[in-house]
Amino acid sequence: MGRSRKPSEFAIEALIKASGWSAVVFVLLIFLFLLREGLPTFAEVKLGSLFGLRWYPIEGHFGLVPLVWGSIIVTLGAALIAVPLGVAAALFIAEVAPRWLRELLKPLVEVLAGLPSVVLGFLGVIALAPLVRTSLGVPTGLTTLTGSILLALMALPTIVSVAEDALDAVPKSFRVGSLALGATRWQTIWRTTLPAARSGVLTATMLGIGRAIGETMAVMMVTGNAPQLLLAPRALWSPSRSMTATIAAEMGEVAKGSTHYHVLFTVGLVLFLISFGVNIAASSMLFKSRGGGGRMLS
Amino acid sequence: MLVRFPICAGRALLATLAAATIAACGGAPGGAASGRSSAITDIGSDTIVNLALAWAEAYAKVQPAVRISVTGGGSGTGINSLINGSADIANASRRMTAGEVAAAKEHGISPREVVVARDAIAVIVHKSNPVSRLTIEQLAAIFSGRIDNWSEVGGEDRPIVRLSREVNSGTHVYFLEAVLRGGRKGDKTLFSADTLLLPSSEGVIAETTDNPNAIGYDGLGYVTPDVKVIAVSGDGGKTFVLPSAASVTDRTYPIARDLYMYVREGAPPQVRGYIDWILSPEAQRLVQSLGFVPIH
Repeated sequence: MGRSRKPSEFAIEALIKASGWSAVVFVLLIFLFLLREGLPTFAEVKLGSLFGLRWYPIEGHFGLVPLVWGSIIVTLGAALIAVPLGVAAALFIAEVAPRWLRELLKPLVEVLAGLPSVVLGFLGVIALAPLVRTSLGVPTGLTTLTGSILLALMALPTIVSVAEDALDAVPKSFRVGSLALGATRWQTIWRTTLPAARSGVLTATMLGIGRAIGETMAVMMVTGNAPQLLLAPRALWSPSRSMTATIAAEMGEVAKGSTHYHVLFTVGLVLFLISFGVNIAASSMLFKSRGGGGRMLS
Repeated sequence: MLVRFPICAGRALLATLAAATIAACGGAPGGAASGRSSAITDIGSDTIVNLALAWAEAYAKVQPAVRISVTGGGSGTGINSLINGSADIANASRRMTAGEVAAAKEHGISPREVVVARDAIAVIVHKSNPVSRLTIEQLAAIFSGRIDNWSEVGGEDRPIVRLSREVNSGTHVYFLEAVLRGGRKGDKTLFSADTLLLPSSEGVIAETTDNPNAIGYDGLGYVTPDVKVIAVSGDGGKTFVLPSAASVTDRTYPIARDLYMYVREGAPPQVRGYIDWILSPEAQRLVQSLGFVPIH
């Protein structure tokens, strides 16, 4: 076999292999670079200070806790909005909508993914923030919740499209069998189709969350960027500051090689590890069951 | 919203096409200079950026051979660019710190400081806010979080929403030192942790315009008629002064500061020529028209 292969075939195969491995190499290089620039932090700043509750870098307060908390709470808020909405939309598109509507809805949802986040952020500042302030009666509309709503809008297309693919991949015999046993259409969707596509729907959720946690621009524009630590429900309608917004706002300013510079890379490192974890969780779910998730990258 | 695009002199209207513009400027056809480039890179403070743009545009008529590209980004950005050699002029709304001067020396650059204009920092609130005057001490108490409700300074029973620029902004640092710490060395007062740090001057204006609870500060040049300017007292409440060119020049308005351009010693002649022109009466007239205060 090996001898009969043409050189061109060999070259193409090598090229494809190289492109595959290059992704791994890039991620590794990025990680190493983050480590190189971020690790000096641990020599320059006391560990206790990094776990402090105050972020005010120009005065040497490098507490990462409010930033991590800000990112978590804004992402959780987005997940709470986007997951039920996204799964419901996917169910509607895959199971309920007639074919013509389905062909219309899928691309429409994906248009949402194409909107630049700065446009959403601008809409957030102009329209959503005042609405949040007046309807909730909170002191300012630049809150975590405003950011969560925008992030949910951005995570929705991923969730809908991946979950819809997973639902679509459930064999028709499952539905037919369920209906034949006397289940109603709703019972079939809720008790048969959705559980069968569970791993794909979970993957969709994780990918959506992964998209949300790394988003920067819209979050920076509407969350108010106040690095404060508040308990869960109240934190939602108060301003907060995410890790991504912190890096974006401060990176242009710091002197290369300064402590502040190194700490920002440590923030990047934490962010990298979190999104890495989310992605690992997503793909482990994907591999656990081959049902439905195969078209994850569609 | 962000004034962070690289903008080429004379083409400010095309700011949104920044990337294309800068490329077009780089190889501008009809540029008088052939061979050796006579471009000046001017980076720094967002407070100064509009003024720097106006200067660059006017200078294009005085010295058409010299091209000046102006970029915002914040005082720290400009100073860092000067230190690492990517800018000829750093605009700064604060002085360089000792650490920054040392870093520049390490790179073989000794920075020269030029005061190019003065600026009043206006304290602004929503138009409907009945409060119209505050002392420096009250402002310090508000922004450091000791006062949380407008009723404590004679307003309605409303929570106070504090707005500030990002910590990298020269305006933020100046406000911290001059107001929150009252100019006292060694004072460790910080902004309250729930202060909203907005990424641009326009962001501060937009939220103040919209939110009746808000209080913010901004360079006088940025203030629009949609917000209310507070009269400030620097002598414990005896006299309250509104920010204006006159009250900055006669030093009665307490929150005013110098605006700087930093160049390196031994800068090319066209840079020195440009700085000399900026200090001329002709260039200083532009300062006034943009809401800043001329140096003489």
